Amino acid sequence: MKKVKVYVTLRESVLDPQGSAVMGALHSMNYNEVTDVRIGKFLELQIEESDRDLDTAVKEMCEKLLTNTVIEDYRYEVEEVAGK
Amino acid sequence: MKFAVIVFPGSNCDLDMYHAIKDELGEEVEYVWHDETDLSGFDGVLLPGGFSYGDYLRCGAISRFSNVMSEVVKAAEAGKPVLGVCNGFQVLTEAGLLPGALLRNKNLKFMCRTVGLKVINNETQFTSEYKKDEVIQIPIAHGEGNYYCDEETLARLKANNQIVFTYASENPNGSIEDIAGIVNEKGNVLGMMPHPERAANDIMGGSDGLALFKSIVKQWRESHVNHA
Repeated sequence: MKKVKVYVTLRESVLDPQGSAVMGALHSMNYNEVTDVRIGKFLELQIEESDRDLDTAVKEMCEKLLTNTVIEDYRYEVEEVAGK
Repeated sequence: MKFAVIVFPGSNCDLDMYHAIKDELGEEVEYVWHDETDLSGFDGVLLPGGFSYGDYLRCGAISRFSNVMSEVVKAAEAGKPVLGVCNGFQVLTEAGLLPGALLRNKNLKFMCRTVGLKVINNETQFTSEYKKDEVIQIPIAHGEGNYYCDEETLARLKANNQIVFTYASENPNGSIEDIAGIVNEKGNVLGMMPHPERAANDIMGGSDGLALFKSIVKQWRESHVNHA
């Protein structure tokens, strides 16, 4: 069993109004050293061993469903899950 | 002409769409549940607004994999008119039937009001009953209607005259080039954030949306007379 952690972020070229609003709030709290905030998504997938190649499958899942590659980028990490 | 109104779990403008077609336009219409696998009996496909699958993950991301969507793709490829309004537009971009994507409104607010739309291209099968550059009044109701695409795609949209509607004065969501609605290259798939079905009779506060549906029917009648 593997745990795959997928990080989804808006592409650099895409404005992030939520991030801007959060940065505004941080500035109003006097954290003026914050120069940018980008909000993304974090997904955790538990994946059983199968005859499918893990990397190929995860990339497919990311590009078909988990992200919209027009506006989002992704990266992922794979961890071994102990005990299974 | 017979229309299908696709119903996803979480669609909420399906009744308005049905009403506009049946009672205001006077054409045939049926609801089609997202599980269905055959749209061959329909001449046009309408994807209504709402929050299909609760907008989980991204608006339209999960609906795009419904059974019926492969039939919608087939209908589009066959040249049938396909109209996606609001959430329907989001589904069409997720499904790759239209380029670009819809982002969160720039001001982060859900915008619900009637706005002026400029008819940029009146030579589509959805807009032939409008005049070029005519400004029509159509309601919007969305939180994620901020149309985005990259520079290359935008240049292509302009070169092919695919921008159909823009916001006439105030842009409610921050969309690129004030875009409110676009067609695919072939011109038979239209996606738009504003709701023409909510402006189908003066009693609703306006009837400027009805000409869009009349345009579809006119084109369909003409092409079917020619084939006869």
